[in-house]
Amino acid sequence: MKIHEYQGKEILREFGVPTPRGTACFSVDEAVAAAQALGGSVWVVKAQIHAGGRGKGGGVKVAKSLDEVRQFAGQILGMHLITHQTGAEGQVVRRLLIEEGAAIAKEFYVGMVVDRGSQRVALLASSEGGMEIEEVAKHAPEKIRTVRIDPLAGLNDTDAAEVARSIGIPEVAVAGAVVALQGLYRAFVAKDAMLAEINPLVLTADNRIIALDAKFNFDSNALYRRPEIVAFRDLDEEDPAEIEASKFDLSYISLDGDIGCLVNGAGLAMATMDIIKLYGGNPANFLDVGGGATKEKVTEAFKLMLKNPKLKAILVNIFGGIMKCDVIAEGVVAAAREVHLSVPLVVRLEGTNVDLGKKILADSGLPIISGSDMADAAQKVVAAAKEAK
Amino acid sequence: MSILINKDTRVITQGMTGKVGQFHTVNCKAYANGAACFVAGVNPKKAGERFEDIPVYATVLEAKQATGATVSVIYVPPSGAAAAIDEAVAAELDLVICITEGIPVHDMLLTRYKMNGSKTLLIGPNCPGLITPDEIKIGIMPGHIHKKGRIGVVSRSGTLTYEAVGQLSALGMGQSSCVGIGGDPINGMKHIDVMRLFNDDPDTDAVVMVGEIGGSDEEECARWIKDNMKKPVVGFIAGVTAPEGKRMGHAGAIISGGQGGANEKLAVMEECGIHITRNPAEMGRLMQKVLKY
Repeated sequence: MKIHEYQGKEILREFGVPTPRGTACFSVDEAVAAAQALGGSVWVVKAQIHAGGRGKGGGVKVAKSLDEVRQFAGQILGMHLITHQTGAEGQVVRRLLIEEGAAIAKEFYVGMVVDRGSQRVALLASSEGGMEIEEVAKHAPEKIRTVRIDPLAGLNDTDAAEVARSIGIPEVAVAGAVVALQGLYRAFVAKDAMLAEINPLVLTADNRIIALDAKFNFDSNALYRRPEIVAFRDLDEEDPAEIEASKFDLSYISLDGDIGCLVNGAGLAMATMDIIKLYGGNPANFLDVGGGATKEKVTEAFKLMLKNPKLKAILVNIFGGIMKCDVIAEGVVAAAREVHLSVPLVVRLEGTNVDLGKKILADSGLPIISGSDMADAAQKVVAAAKEAK
Repeated sequence: MSILINKDTRVITQGMTGKVGQFHTVNCKAYANGAACFVAGVNPKKAGERFEDIPVYATVLEAKQATGATVSVIYVPPSGAAAAIDEAVAAELDLVICITEGIPVHDMLLTRYKMNGSKTLLIGPNCPGLITPDEIKIGIMPGHIHKKGRIGVVSRSGTLTYEAVGQLSALGMGQSSCVGIGGDPINGMKHIDVMRLFNDDPDTDAVVMVGEIGGSDEEECARWIKDNMKKPVVGFIAGVTAPEGKRMGHAGAIISGGQGGANEKLAVMEECGIHITRNPAEMGRLMQKVLKY
């Protein structure tokens, strides 16, 4: 689960990482009032959306007067901010962060991830602040310092100071950097984060270390014990279809094709998308109904897929294990009747009670196209989608 | 022969008395030699009771001492599952299979760390378990799709593993053992660890390796195969069509920072001499071709 920059900075401050003073705003008037209350003569007006690359897309502006704050806030609020992470339609900006300006001497990058390879939390740090870490990794990997953290000992003073020096933080500011790095690590663990980035972490003209940005992604499996993180959730930033799916415990991701897929299991669901593509079609979604799908869940899954105006055909691919094929077949028949299915439906069933399941489909009188195996089903659904065009 | 488990394996079920644990214990007990294999359950609140005539003990250690079991399977809910693994590791079992899906990753980080230096092997979490056909099934896979034979299967997925097994069985190629290693980023045995065991198993002739997007475990395994593997390997990676930055169901199935893409994995695997297919419906037929069945 992702959160906004201003929320991330709240977390950082809670763990002793200094950030600029700032206020989240929802309107132009609020933005001007916030700037006034902050005082000073330079403010930063920052679009709050979950995607990165906001600066390049025109979502971050430096204002040198209250008039400029008003002007920039007006421009940014409500704009469709397009970045390399938003897709072509962009994301509507509904919130702003108004911050005091900072006198930046140098920018750095620090980040933390759960590292599969080492099975530890890895701290990444670089002298190349403000750039995408992926770009640095590609073009100048020697400029990234990686430290894998012992989960019992945590990030100790020596390691933190050594990392700070290795990326070029001057001696006078090393103590401040240690505070920031250790605070970030404590926040990372205490809040069940999967990823955290401060990019840039800056050295100010007066040798302080502050976090100018904050990006977090949290482990959805741990949200049950982090109500304070759940409270940060902003549904405006999420795909409505995915929100709807999560209510029914369905794992759904919208894609840009026209063939809906309903599958049990994440691996098989991905493989189903792949085989559709292989036979010349385009998947409209990833949809894993999970191991314990009921008739209700299958019906909801159909409704979700049918909300997509691009949808031309549906492929149901089930390998029944715990989930019995007859139960799925009943669900498919009930769903097809309830939603008055208007697109061709191809069903491939395999596994537990497969014969019973196939009989239920055949006896339903519905125009369901049966697929004998995964390849046959994929070819049939691709053909059906092409005919529907 | 087989890897990791056989008809003589004795198993403790942690979380046996819960709804999920009960359901799968009944099925595992009914499969092949299951009635002799599943000898104990653990629940501190129900010690002394029985389920399906299997005695319940208060702790894993007590269950081990009373029955001589060396393997455990875990169905404990996510919030307590990492602690259940810790308990099995502390009791010095040989193998722990954690089926539970949805364990917080920071819990698993600590649990994995505490396993350093321990002799206990872990499979999972968030996995279907493992099976040696016609001998023993530990986990949630449908037993009836399997067939005894000489092909090993190792996979990060659940139903996609069944798909691979179903294709093999339909073409008359039985399996020595099938191992689902799970879809979480922090887990126990990786592809490479299972591949080593298949390589050394005299009753395995070839291996189907099923991977998915995210991480670099498949690449690491492929490089090991190039230098060490004496048997043919057929490989498939799910997620060629998965967009970057979107998590595909499994916590580990995400392409991030340009890493973990299916095409990259397939390219490395091919370079390392693995017989790859991009068609998930062709895993069985490709194996047939490779072995000239």
